[in-house]
Amino acid sequence: MESKAHISIQNLNIYYGKDHALKDINVEIPKKKITVIIGPSGCGKSTLLKSFNRLLDSVDNVKITGKVLVDGEDIYDPKAEVTHIRKKMGLLSQKPYPLPMSIYDNIAYGPRIHEERNKKKIDKIVEHFLRTASLWDEVKDKLHSPASQLSVGQQQRLCLARGLAVGPEIILGDEPTSALDPRSSQNIEARFQELKQQYTIVVVTHILRQAKRLADYVLFLYGGRLIEYGPAHEVLENPKEAMTKEYIQGVIS
Amino acid sequence: MVQGGVIITMHKHAIEENVFRVLMIASTLLILSVLLLILGTIVIKGLPYLSWSMITQAPKSGYYLGKDGGILNSILGSLYLTGGATIMALMVSLPVTLYLNVYAKKKSRLVYMTRFAFDVMWGIPSIVYGAFGFTLMLFFGLKASLLAGMITVAFLILPVMTRSMDEVIRMVPPPLLEASYALGATRFETAFKVVVRQVMPGISTAVLIAFGRGIGDAASLIFTAGFTDSIPTSLLQPVATLPLTIFFQLTFDHP
Ligand SMILES: Nc1ncnc2c1ncn2[C@@H]1O[C@H](COP(=O)(O)OP(=O)(O)O)[C@@H](O)[C@H]1O
Ligand SMILES: [Mg+2]
Repeated sequence: MESKAHISIQNLNIYYGKDHALKDINVEIPKKKITVIIGPSGCGKSTLLKSFNRLLDSVDNVKITGKVLVDGEDIYDPKAEVTHIRKKMGLLSQKPYPLPMSIYDNIAYGPRIHEERNKKKIDKIVEHFLRTASLWDEVKDKLHSPASQLSVGQQQRLCLARGLAVGPEIILGDEPTSALDPRSSQNIEARFQELKQQYTIVVVTHILRQAKRLADYVLFLYGGRLIEYGPAHEVLENPKEAMTKEYIQGVIS
Repeated sequence: MVQGGVIITMHKHAIEENVFRVLMIASTLLILSVLLLILGTIVIKGLPYLSWSMITQAPKSGYYLGKDGGILNSILGSLYLTGGATIMALMVSLPVTLYLNVYAKKKSRLVYMTRFAFDVMWGIPSIVYGAFGFTLMLFFGLKASLLAGMITVAFLILPVMTRSMDEVIRMVPPPLLEASYALGATRFETAFKVVVRQVMPGISTAVLIAFGRGIGDAASLIFTAGFTDSIPTSLLQPVATLPLTIFFQLTFDHP
């Protein structure tokens, strides 16, 4: 791989109770690239993504074996501090969930819990990341009104800004455009293209065309197994595995 | 034939509709008339006696009404007692519901047993809470007082408050919690800064329901709050409440 691995997954197995959701995953996610995870629904895409920032910790009866190294540090090491790990990543979920507070407070929430008290600094952070998420012009006059008043597309960009405001290195998106209209989806995709200069991005999608537009690398999961992984043009245009080919042609889903 | 069948079924439906409409209108009228009767009786019988002094003065003639003075002691007593009890109950019920919904494993035995315990407590008659409070008082050497009443009523309204709060907090979508965790928030921060805000209206409703349950209760206070004709000035003095004032007014002959 030409660029350095940012997340390195080694022999990762995840069980929900007896349900073996991810089986022996070994993969390296490169730095400052967009890696797209594709696969039919229920194949474990969200599970894999959530294992990167230990969001599965709050799920009952989950069992995780193997290693996930972020910047070479094993995040499942008992000594690793979970809030520190999560701070390294911003998460976009399928549907935006703004926090029950104002637009401003949504962005300020992260910095504040990480001990940023300086009002001027927080003001700056809020403006900067709202601009990065291309939301500033739409909300600058109503920063203190409830975030729930925004449209769903705006809310998703708010969630992006909120995630960026804690200063992560990695952005995780779990089908981040699936609840959005085409224009808002395009807007989010455009943000990802800009952000990959600075951030490592991992996006789950079930839309193949979106994968083609975004991906530098593609990771194909099926039934909890990693079937194929490689540069986007290879996996999407010239897959090595028969299964990938069938999935891309729409034979299996 | 077919047409006939359709017409017959339509007839059947129309009859059903009408029967139910009449039943519903009848029950609505029944309820309304009962409400009007109650309100009417209160207003017609009570209005002549309602005066400014009724609600601004404590009774001047000892414990019982009928002479000068009013029921200010019971009005304030009820508010003090139930207010205090509501605060006490809230201090237990909010942490418990947050624990059940944010900290504990969702399907664990503990969570199941806790909810079950509160449901059972909800069903216990209030006189039993009174007896329980009385036993506590004996144990701690406390006399019938505002404090003892508050504690007893706090126990009485705890299940109502906890279960109503629990119902709303359960509705908080898990991805909202995840959004907060993903930003590096702890469970504590998530519980108090996100969950509590999200369900604030539900929490207020739960508190009001509990307050309502508490302020109307007489039985739990018979042994625990005592009775008095004056306004309590300390937690350890006995206190009169509105339900008990009515109770004593109706049950005992008075001069
Ligand atoms: N919280 C959970 N508890 C139990 N099983 C789960 C949970 N989340 C996901 N699963 C199971 O794990 C498998 C993978 O799910 P998921 O990662 O959500 O797939 P995808 O995102 O690809 O649709 C599915 O079989 C699903 O039923
Ligand atoms: Mg998913």
